[in-house]
Amino acid sequence: MQGGAAGLAYRGRTASIGFAYGPLVRVDAGTNGERIAGSLVEEALDLRKAIDAASGQIAELAAIAGGEAAQILEFQVALLEDEDFIEAIFTAISEGDAADVAWRSALDEQIADYNSAEDEYLKARCSDLADLRDRIISILRGGGGEAPKIPSGAVVCADDLPPSRFLEIDWSAGGGLALLRGSPTSHVAMLARARGIPMVVQLGAIPEIGATALLDGEGATLELDPSAEQLRLFEKRREIHRKSRASARAILRRPTASWRGERIKLLINIQRVEDLDHADAQYADGIGLMRTEFLLAERGGLPDEETQYRAYDAVMRWADRRQVTIRTFDAGGDKPVPGFTIDGEANPFLGVRGLRLCLARPEIFSVQLRALARAAVQGNLRVMFPMVTAPHEFESGRKLFAEVVQRLQAEGIAAMLPELGIMVEVPAAALAIATFKASFFSIGSNDLAQYVLACDRSNGALAPLMDPLNPALLELIARTAEHGRRAGTSVSLCGDMAGDPRCLPALLNCGLRELSVNASALAQIKQTIDRLSSGGGLG
Amino acid sequence: MLDKADGQIITENVRLVHAVGMHARPAVKLTKLAKKFQAQISVRVAGAAEWINAKSVAKIMAMRAAHGSTIEIKASGSDAEAAVAALVNLIATDFPDEAS
Repeated sequence: MQGGAAGLAYRGRTASIGFAYGPLVRVDAGTNGERIAGSLVEEALDLRKAIDAASGQIAELAAIAGGEAAQILEFQVALLEDEDFIEAIFTAISEGDAADVAWRSALDEQIADYNSAEDEYLKARCSDLADLRDRIISILRGGGGEAPKIPSGAVVCADDLPPSRFLEIDWSAGGGLALLRGSPTSHVAMLARARGIPMVVQLGAIPEIGATALLDGEGATLELDPSAEQLRLFEKRREIHRKSRASARAILRRPTASWRGERIKLLINIQRVEDLDHADAQYADGIGLMRTEFLLAERGGLPDEETQYRAYDAVMRWADRRQVTIRTFDAGGDKPVPGFTIDGEANPFLGVRGLRLCLARPEIFSVQLRALARAAVQGNLRVMFPMVTAPHEFESGRKLFAEVVQRLQAEGIAAMLPELGIMVEVPAAALAIATFKASFFSIGSNDLAQYVLACDRSNGALAPLMDPLNPALLELIARTAEHGRRAGTSVSLCGDMAGDPRCLPALLNCGLRELSVNASALAQIKQTIDRLSSGGGLG
Repeated sequence: MLDKADGQIITENVRLVHAVGMHARPAVKLTKLAKKFQAQISVRVAGAAEWINAKSVAKIMAMRAAHGSTIEIKASGSDAEAAVAALVNLIATDFPDEAS
């Protein structure tokens, strides 16, 4: 259309990976036009009707969308059913405010409150509230909250887009979402990722021109009225992305990964038994880390032996002859558990957590060890203790475990002592690794990084310092791997680093040959190893 | 509003274990559960000046209860005891999705 936009390119932040090329459609959340207020009674009645209509629309959307989206919309419904909140608005109307004015000012007040929060999550809820605000106002103005007309496959550009608007758009023919503001942690970003719709946020100011657009969710770019050259490059990137995904799927199906002729064991981390349902889980060489804290979050307090045994047994059956490594309860720190962890510690990350806590609460720990000892007879089980500082802690855990096994056997119950290892996440353990008589080591790089770098990993202000490739951290990993190699003890790494392709060359060069990642990262990691092995870059 | 003859005030404390604090989903679950009871139920972050209606999602969100904070719950009315027990359980078990 206008020549002014030709070739203009903008960069934002990735919210959902993918590529879209289509007509550029702007969606303006603002509703214009004045509404003429009626009497006090009419205004109250109008708002009541609008709220009922909006509840109906949202419920309908939730029914169509289901799952995650339905939960997001539930918050809006809850707000409409909040008598305290709604009553205050009706009070304002009875004092002379028009329905739309009273409604808008109440919602704007909430939005301003959320916006002033330091918490990114709460800020992201603003778009949900703005969505609800605009829906009601649109109904009050006789708009009926109609779905915007958007051609299929369009690149939708908006300041921010509320989740309900996203759900009203027909994405069946693809398309993409370009937001001038917005956040990668917003509900709409979660929806876009779930639907595989590319989305880029925080693009900043973009002129009100342009007829077509290229949206690259990987590079986080938006290009308006692209030239033939821009289009060619875009298609090339899209094709590389498509091929890369296809080849990752193909490589995933190969029996083993290898690097420079050495076999690399690729295992998966699971948080709960259901994680094994992931389609890619079957291609793993085993389970490198089964977290057991989910058992502590179940209703009805701490889990009994049978509940635990059923979970461990299910995983052993799934694994068949493959190796399974189960980590004993890692409660405490950022994972408090009522009735188990210690309240009121000034610095819980340096407090009684992990194995320290389990040894302090042997009556709880023994129940887990009993269930594990029974599951051990089913196959290839290894058990590891988290947050170990000194060898005597490991030996205390082993002694307790051996006693538990003896008692079970005396009771005539099939049980055995599995191979025992430790998580290497305390710098002292990594530095004195040779003093531990463990059968295997698993490096917990998240905590190890946090303790070595003295950075709280949840503190966003420290993100630049929280570098997984910091040489001090790599040195500890390399020493641990080297010790394992010399002593013939298996060493694996199960933190986020293992699932980050950028960290792979460093990890392999440190001497690690066993990595454990989330099932969703398995294909990409296997592919990256394949590329590195054939001399390629990270791609 | 229920009068005091309905029974005494029941109070209890519980630690908020939810990873991100009292955000949209936990707040919706909490208010939904609170609304199942007749009792008048209030909550606050331990030590806060004001008690908050546990049936108002807007006010629960505005409470900004952070991960690890202690929530005080008080209720009065015929089913106050059951209400407090149910809410404590919901928070202590980290707001599970309703079983079946």
